Amino acid sequence: MKKIAEPAWPDEVHALLKDAGVRQVAIVPDAGHARLIKLCEKDKAMRVVRLTTEEEGVAQLAGAWLGGEKGVLLMQSSGVGNCINMLTLSIACQFPLLMLITMRGDHGEFNPAQIPMGNATQAVLEAMGVIVKRADSGAEVPEMVSATLRLAFNTYRPVALLIGQRVQGAKDFRKLTESVPQ
Amino acid sequence: MSKPMVKKTGRLLRREVVQTLLAGRGDALVIGGLGAPAWDITSCGDHERNFPLWGAMGGAAMIGLGLALAQPKKKVLVVTGDGEMLMGLGALATIAVQAPRNLSIVVLDNERYGETGMQETHTAHGVDLAKMARAAGIAQTFMVRSEADVSRLKKRIYSGQGSLFAQVKVDPEKLPLVLPPRDGALLKNRFRAALLGADAAHQ
Repeated sequence: MKKIAEPAWPDEVHALLKDAGVRQVAIVPDAGHARLIKLCEKDKAMRVVRLTTEEEGVAQLAGAWLGGEKGVLLMQSSGVGNCINMLTLSIACQFPLLMLITMRGDHGEFNPAQIPMGNATQAVLEAMGVIVKRADSGAEVPEMVSATLRLAFNTYRPVALLIGQRVQGAKDFRKLTESVPQ
Repeated sequence: MSKPMVKKTGRLLRREVVQTLLAGRGDALVIGGLGAPAWDITSCGDHERNFPLWGAMGGAAMIGLGLALAQPKKKVLVVTGDGEMLMGLGALATIAVQAPRNLSIVVLDNERYGETGMQETHTAHGVDLAKMARAAGIAQTFMVRSEADVSRLKKRIYSGQGSLFAQVKVDPEKLPLVLPPRDGALLKNRFRAALLGADAAHQ
């Protein structure tokens, strides 16, 4: 099996979050965030909170800001639909919120069930008034995280960074039937 | 607190319960779920350390969690309703796993969606939120039905011995609304200024 080098962006993103003073890391996992989640779990200055649904994270991070702490919400694009009404909180009260969203149903998707939400992700976020930015290569992720961190926390609004499926590559389920997933 | 806390039917009265729980609250931080619980906490006086919700149904307990983790030395009290809690039941599992010692969630359970015409919720048909919270792993859970239960609950809330969840069965009475300010940014900013000082505006 060909060994693929681990991408560097999760380490850079972790360092950026740390420098920005992010303390609460709310997550519903995605394979694309696996390394970043591990780095945050190892970091004693960060509290990783596993959620049952992404909208919990929107509410949690509003509470964090009320208490003077910054946070970030890590999720995949299929979770965006779960957040829509809760985003009212960020908009109506001007809470800063940074959502780092790895895309599914995007570049070279295999799974038909990922397409409807993936295809609608940017439109529904923008319809709610969330500022949406995108990164489509690993090299541009850190710069975009840095920019969206500043947008969210300097201007008090919800900001989503979509990390394109091109950055991760699409999972081919047919190949997974031939070997144990790594 | 000379007003009786219990109706002739034997059901607790929500405003009297909330007034009892908030009397002598010290520097406690209070989140009010949308609808009647927001009016209930405001009936004790509009307070800068209150964060009453006008929306975000299903989010009150999680706002409490984020706040409790950020402010581990302060008591955080979430007062919400049965309909609001039912919309965010997963939060019970998330909170149980985090187990902040300073978070209390009090559900005023009138078994109704009060703001929309008093339609019954699942709790009118046997759903036991306190048992669900216990099964999720929240350390202390209570079903509250009497004045004595309310006194015990209050002691536990302010003793800070671990996460707490209480389901308080209250009368489904219709009460005059007592409205907090509607501007969410104002509610947020004055809460942060009261808690964090003037620096809050420069974080």
